[in-house]
Amino acid sequence: MPSFTFTLNGVSTTVTAAAEEPLLWVLRDRLGVTGPKYGCGVGVCKACTSHLDGVAFNPCITPVAECAGRAVTTIEGLAAGDDLHPVQQAWIDEDVAQCGFCQPGQIMAAAALLAANPHPTDADIDGIDNVCRCGTYVRIRAAIHRAAG
Amino acid sequence: MAVAAPVLTVVVRSVDDGLGPNASAAGASVGVSDVVDLTDALTLAALPTAYLLKIEVTSEDRVVVHVPRAEVGQGITTTMAIVAAEELDARLDGVDVVLDDARAELVWNQLTGASNSVHALYPPMRAVAAATRARLVTAAAQRFGVDASTLTTADSVVHAPDGRTATYGSLSAAAARVAVPAVAPTPKDPSRFTLIGVPTTRLDARDIVTGRAEYALDLPGAGAPTVVARAPTIGGSVLTVDDAAARAMPGVLGVARIPSGVAVAATTFGEALAARDALRITWDPGPNAGLSDSQIRSKLRDATPGFALPPLGTASVAREFAFAFAPHAPLEVNTCVADVRRDSAELWYGAKSPIVAAQEVAAAIGLPSEKVTLHVVRAGGSFGHRLFFDPAIEAALVSQALGRPVRLMWTRNDDVRHGRMRPASYHKVRATLLLGAVSGYEHHMATLPVDFSHGLGEALSAAGFGALSPAVTQSVFALSQNVPYGIGAAVQTLTDVPLAFPTGSWRSIYSGQAATVNEIMVDEIARALRTDPVAFRRARLTSARTRAVLDQVASVGRWGRSMAPGTAQGVAIHEEYKSVVAYLVEIDCRSPQAPRVTKGVCAVDVGRAVNPRGLAAQMQGVLIDGLSMTLHAGLHIDNGAVREGSYSDYRFARMADSPPDVQVIVMPPTGDPGGAGELGFPAAAAAVANAYARATGTTPTSFPIAG
Repeated sequence: MPSFTFTLNGVSTTVTAAAEEPLLWVLRDRLGVTGPKYGCGVGVCKACTSHLDGVAFNPCITPVAECAGRAVTTIEGLAAGDDLHPVQQAWIDEDVAQCGFCQPGQIMAAAALLAANPHPTDADIDGIDNVCRCGTYVRIRAAIHRAAG
Repeated sequence: MAVAAPVLTVVVRSVDDGLGPNASAAGASVGVSDVVDLTDALTLAALPTAYLLKIEVTSEDRVVVHVPRAEVGQGITTTMAIVAAEELDARLDGVDVVLDDARAELVWNQLTGASNSVHALYPPMRAVAAATRARLVTAAAQRFGVDASTLTTADSVVHAPDGRTATYGSLSAAAARVAVPAVAPTPKDPSRFTLIGVPTTRLDARDIVTGRAEYALDLPGAGAPTVVARAPTIGGSVLTVDDAAARAMPGVLGVARIPSGVAVAATTFGEALAARDALRITWDPGPNAGLSDSQIRSKLRDATPGFALPPLGTASVAREFAFAFAPHAPLEVNTCVADVRRDSAELWYGAKSPIVAAQEVAAAIGLPSEKVTLHVVRAGGSFGHRLFFDPAIEAALVSQALGRPVRLMWTRNDDVRHGRMRPASYHKVRATLLLGAVSGYEHHMATLPVDFSHGLGEALSAAGFGALSPAVTQSVFALSQNVPYGIGAAVQTLTDVPLAFPTGSWRSIYSGQAATVNEIMVDEIARALRTDPVAFRRARLTSARTRAVLDQVASVGRWGRSMAPGTAQGVAIHEEYKSVVAYLVEIDCRSPQAPRVTKGVCAVDVGRAVNPRGLAAQMQGVLIDGLSMTLHAGLHIDNGAVREGSYSDYRFARMADSPPDVQVIVMPPTGDPGGAGELGFPAAAAAVANAYARATGTTPTSFPIAG
């Protein structure tokens, strides 16, 4: 099998995998990075949302070969050490999570939105399509507004 | 966690074991004659072992609270930490909560269901925590050489009048040798509460937002990724399998045939899924091959009894309602880790009924049940899904067949198309009216038998309800269905229509359909009587608590305010689990294909909210459930197969479907806590339906409305 090198949470990482293997399974099963979750495998639920070169993407539908030479950031790489990203802190302040399973993806989607649009409107936030089956949407919305300041 | 021995571990064996009269009275608050609903029955069933809760105080000054329930997002771990810390006078951030493994000795006291956990655990957790504190205080008195009654406790420290202090951790070893505490191990009077009733952020919030929270498939070193090829139809089975191509695929570690299909284990899930696609299988379509929605609905309609009583009035309001099948669809699919050896087995599963799960796993793999260890792990949602243990049995069988530990995962398609589901139902309802009043009410519901074989049925039998009806479904229906209005003679019946579908109770069990229908009918009756729906309810509700929450939402939500055509308010109430709730919603139906709930106001009275912040989260979330199921989320059955396969076509609400404005009013405490997790669903679902009816002029009778 071929090898692929990319930057994972700031660290250069080389992994051996079939070119078409979805990055989600490369992260979870080959590299032990389990923050991105499987929820559907077809890019619909977006529980695995992470960043590819700073832009939100879904590792469940992205072959590992597409990530070669690029920067992958998962929920594990969002905080700067013990200093939480403002979106993570806002999530705690609003007590957003219930079961928590979708929240790594929700947080990465929100962080990407705020990076591109520092003061999103409610309509902008409506564009986040990640599923939360516990129905935490009202607190996600509040946390995004809080993080926007 | 490293625990140095000896440490104080308190497990109270019975209500008479050093707890004093007050604790005993608290625990004995439920007797058969007091049972009025399902949560009473389950609390009664759990009572004989309710005090087998365990609290440890480690020498590192941590309080470890063992909770015999599952954490699926409802917040039971934070809730129990608050209760224990309150009675211990411990620092909340010094409390760790551990989910108990399956403990067979708990019998009926390890079932996470029917919104019963807080109702059942609140008195014993307070008692065990108070008993733990009493032993710590006694040990401190011995150390200081003072009368124990002079000591005070706060923030995990014992204080003597002369200023000396001792941390709980430093007292743990000595407290473990205290046989009889020198102070009464009596829970506090609620007036002294400093934690119970205070809005508190989840204790696991930081773990969740940093991605460190571990679910079954995240456990390190935990076995070969495994998926199962399943029949296209519900109940289908393997006829022939050719696995030669699959076995030759990269990374494949083994293929095993199990009753539900053909399992493939590989080095990664990517490889396992690719190999699964390479299996060549022929299927027997099973007993449902000819069944589609229209036939199922006809069977249910035909089985629903007609009205038994002659009309008792001069007019009547009669309606028929139908609900589609609905999967629970928690965001974490069915998963289980299993390591089956020759003479023992170990499993990691988000089990809500771990004792029965371990027993059924043991039976499936031919081991005595005491040889099966089942660890309860955090799960990504449930809504009823994880009351069952289908993935645990599969994982154990595959691990046994392949001789290696496995991490088994259902795909989303598997979960939606073969998972447990709320069965479709049909309802015939009639209210008879006489002189401007309701003189009689009949509601006949037909549905598939809801499977309660996860222990709830046995628990009801143990609590004395075996004789109520030969069918557990009838017992659950009778214990949970109530018409909370003074509207003459009310008759409600359940008819089971056996079809071979994998059913399970779905958040709020029968109330999700039956009580939702009743609240829609209340609006219909009010309309027929030309009465305002809030005024109609106020005049006929039998509970002052329910009138109070209705008044709250009407006031805060400005019931009756002027609204644009195509938009409207809707209201509904629900009583269950010793709790009451009201919802007021506003809906915008000006785009007929995309009705949107724009606002929600909820008022909830659970007797006493241990954590009002967690309660508010439940009430916000269940509103999303209610609007999803009323407006657009449901399954279709085509020739025995589920049409939907993921959230792209099973339309659970997204951010863009959810109201930006949701207010939750938590009513002041009136007593001990009731249940909350499922409470809100019928009122939320019905409020949305009632708002839709008022906005469009058409009362919805088939759910989801989107078809």
